[in-house]
Amino acid sequence: MKSLFQREPLLALMIVVLVLAVGLKAPVFLSAPSLANLVTDSTLLVMLALAQMLVVVTRGVDLSVAANLALSGMVAAMLASRHPEAPLFAVVLMAVVTGLVLGLVNGWLIGYLGLPPIVITLGTMSVYRGLVFVLSGGTWVSAHQMPADFIAFPLTRLFGLPHLVWIAAAAFALFLFIARFTRFGRDLFAIGNAPQCAGYIGIPTARRLLWTYGLSGLVAGLCGYLWVARYAVAYTEVAYGFEFTVIAACVIGGVSIAGGVGSVTGALLGALFLTVIGNALPVLQVSPFWQSALTGLVILAAVLVNARGGRKGSRQILPLHRNQLEPATH
Amino acid sequence: MPVTQAPITPTYADSSAGPPVLQLSGISKRFNGIHALNDVGLTIRAGEVMALIGENGAGKSTMVKTLTGIYQPDAGSILLDGKPVVLKSPQEAMQAGITAVHQETVMFDELSVAENIYVGRQPTRAGGRIDWRRIEQEAEALFARLEVALPVRARVKDLSVAQRHFVEIARALSQEARVVIMDEPTAALSQREIRELYRIIAQLKAAGTAVIFISHKFDEIFEVADRYTVLRDGRFVADGALSAITEAELVALMVGRAVNDAYPKAQAEIGGPLLEVDRLCHPTEFDQVSFTLRRGEILGFYGLVGAGRSEVMQAIFGMTPGVTGSVRLEGKPVAISTPSQAIAHGIAYVPEDRQHHGAHLTMPIQQNISLPILAKIGFFLRGHRARETQIARHFAEQLELKASHLTQHVSELSGGNQQKVVLGKWLATDPKVIILDEPTKGIDIGSKAAVHRFISELVTRGLSVILVSSELPEVLGLADRVVVMQHGRVRRVFERGEATPEIVVAAASGIELESAQQEENAA
Repeated sequence: MKSLFQREPLLALMIVVLVLAVGLKAPVFLSAPSLANLVTDSTLLVMLALAQMLVVVTRGVDLSVAANLALSGMVAAMLASRHPEAPLFAVVLMAVVTGLVLGLVNGWLIGYLGLPPIVITLGTMSVYRGLVFVLSGGTWVSAHQMPADFIAFPLTRLFGLPHLVWIAAAAFALFLFIARFTRFGRDLFAIGNAPQCAGYIGIPTARRLLWTYGLSGLVAGLCGYLWVARYAVAYTEVAYGFEFTVIAACVIGGVSIAGGVGSVTGALLGALFLTVIGNALPVLQVSPFWQSALTGLVILAAVLVNARGGRKGSRQILPLHRNQLEPATH
Repeated sequence: MPVTQAPITPTYADSSAGPPVLQLSGISKRFNGIHALNDVGLTIRAGEVMALIGENGAGKSTMVKTLTGIYQPDAGSILLDGKPVVLKSPQEAMQAGITAVHQETVMFDELSVAENIYVGRQPTRAGGRIDWRRIEQEAEALFARLEVALPVRARVKDLSVAQRHFVEIARALSQEARVVIMDEPTAALSQREIRELYRIIAQLKAAGTAVIFISHKFDEIFEVADRYTVLRDGRFVADGALSAITEAELVALMVGRAVNDAYPKAQAEIGGPLLEVDRLCHPTEFDQVSFTLRRGEILGFYGLVGAGRSEVMQAIFGMTPGVTGSVRLEGKPVAISTPSQAIAHGIAYVPEDRQHHGAHLTMPIQQNISLPILAKIGFFLRGHRARETQIARHFAEQLELKASHLTQHVSELSGGNQQKVVLGKWLATDPKVIILDEPTKGIDIGSKAAVHRFISELVTRGLSVILVSSELPEVLGLADRVVVMQHGRVRRVFERGEATPEIVVAAASGIELESAQQEENAA
């Protein structure tokens, strides 16, 4: 287990160094409000990356998360705007359940029908995104249409921190527990490591995949509400292309696309890292167009590090034939 | 030494070990109408090590897969502790107490040693929380019992092959396995690790576990096992106590007397040396390999799995770096360091694993055949399609390829017909030397015969053939001379007349079989 965690301190160190380096150039970046903002900005990416991490560990991928987020967010926003009297709790529950159902659709197709995750979620990504348009008729739900408590909740402070941060922290703890201390979580690692062997020892792979994608959808649904509430607007293109940022966060966090390898802490740090880059570039007055290029370079660097780390020690060198021969021939 | 050849029926009587743990009777398993197992019986008692012996293709692996629930037998019964059981899945077999330790292990590389032992059935505390401390303590206790020092937190991917075996044995122990099957467990182990394995087998025995031990190495069998069961061509041949049989007798039981004469050996005139290989060496795979292939000759290469035959052929074909030694073709030294150079020199290599190296499964037949000779056909010339079809049809007819049309994807063909496509592809390069690596592995008997006929005809067209095969009858039936390799070295070279099943198997296993040889010579 030790070697699994070696990359995380390194990544944490890089984040600190990056923050300090940016602060050197633009001291405002290190101000308390700026740092608090950084953490708040990272929360949605963190939660989505945590759920995505479990999916990727099973050798899968969920490309539909951002579209799911947009659809669930739209459902919540429309419900809140049409029925301002509905309690916030019901609205959030609606978003979560929508997300869960959309995720379970993926999970059923992938788990029980054995279809390839990349194709399925690519398909449902378009379907879900299309449904946002169908549902909203292409119109926006703007701030003035939303009830005040709907908008206020994510940034309302509890013990000095916004709800968003508390929710992300709870999600982190929950995923840490799932990945480490539940059979469900451990089975996902087994499936990702050796799918066939997992079947041999009696792991219900289909059921596990169903709920893994379901969980990913559930988190996307929750984030859907939080997203539209925080930015106080819901429209068809919400979080467009965000799935790739989520996957990038996982990859930077050391989650192997080949499955079986990854940690919850890694996914968290990967998401933080990307958020730092995203927030630092405007402060440094770097063109936003550079941002995607830089993100890409970081991903490539992460993959390179992964590939090298994976190769070391992974292969036991077979004993020489001749060594085996000596005692046998006398 | 007289060798009894009367049909021997299962006796199950002579052991002092405990009551039968596992009794198989009348087990049959067919694939595409061909019997892989035909009415096989087997009995093993508690605290006994049973050696399951047979040539490649005798049905050992089918037997293991039947016992571990991967295959379901078409007929026959399995009694575990006297009660009939049906093993519908590997999981059920494990729950019933039958586990296998083999090369393609049930292992999760990225998980820890302890977790590998308990994965899928981790002990939990209240609330479903996995009890890691208990997992690690119990794993440590298991290794203490086995007297093996293994860090339970290490990841399995960092372990040696032997250590992986120990993890599997620990898992078997933790499930209180009644029967542990070891399928060539020593294949990749060093001498010291083998000793350690023997010690653990002795422990399992002492604990009343029944062990089925599969090995091609006779010294191991006699050292470890108490009793033997011999299979041949999917049938039960004999069983008994190892103390009452000699190596030579076992070899005779294994290979049988009748060498199948169904091999159509076309006579070709054998000429001078064509390919001369001199002291080919590789740091780990083979050592000082020298042989000569003559014009119009089929040179057989026999040996146990892992003897280094394929590795030598791949080196000749330019696929292996770091090889020393020299290769002469038609008297002239040639330096081959890539497969394309080998093809240019007129050497073709048909690899063992069709699925991975041989055929392009998702491409049509005719494009498969034309692939290595696209330059010759003229890629951009008009009419290249017609030429391609013509060439493909030519070879398809010669090989009796069964396909609906030449644009059919190779993946839709049966194993035998896939192999024919691969053969056709390489013949289209118009080689002087064709190296066939296990050309009939995993294909049905009908297709085998067609491939055999075709191989023997190759030489009448002036080709020379190197035939690497683990199927003894095939080598003996087709080859003009047989090179026997063991542990990466050439052990013996036999002329067609002098190669009998017994002495070839003995040479491949490293047994001195003087008495049997003399008997042959006298006969």
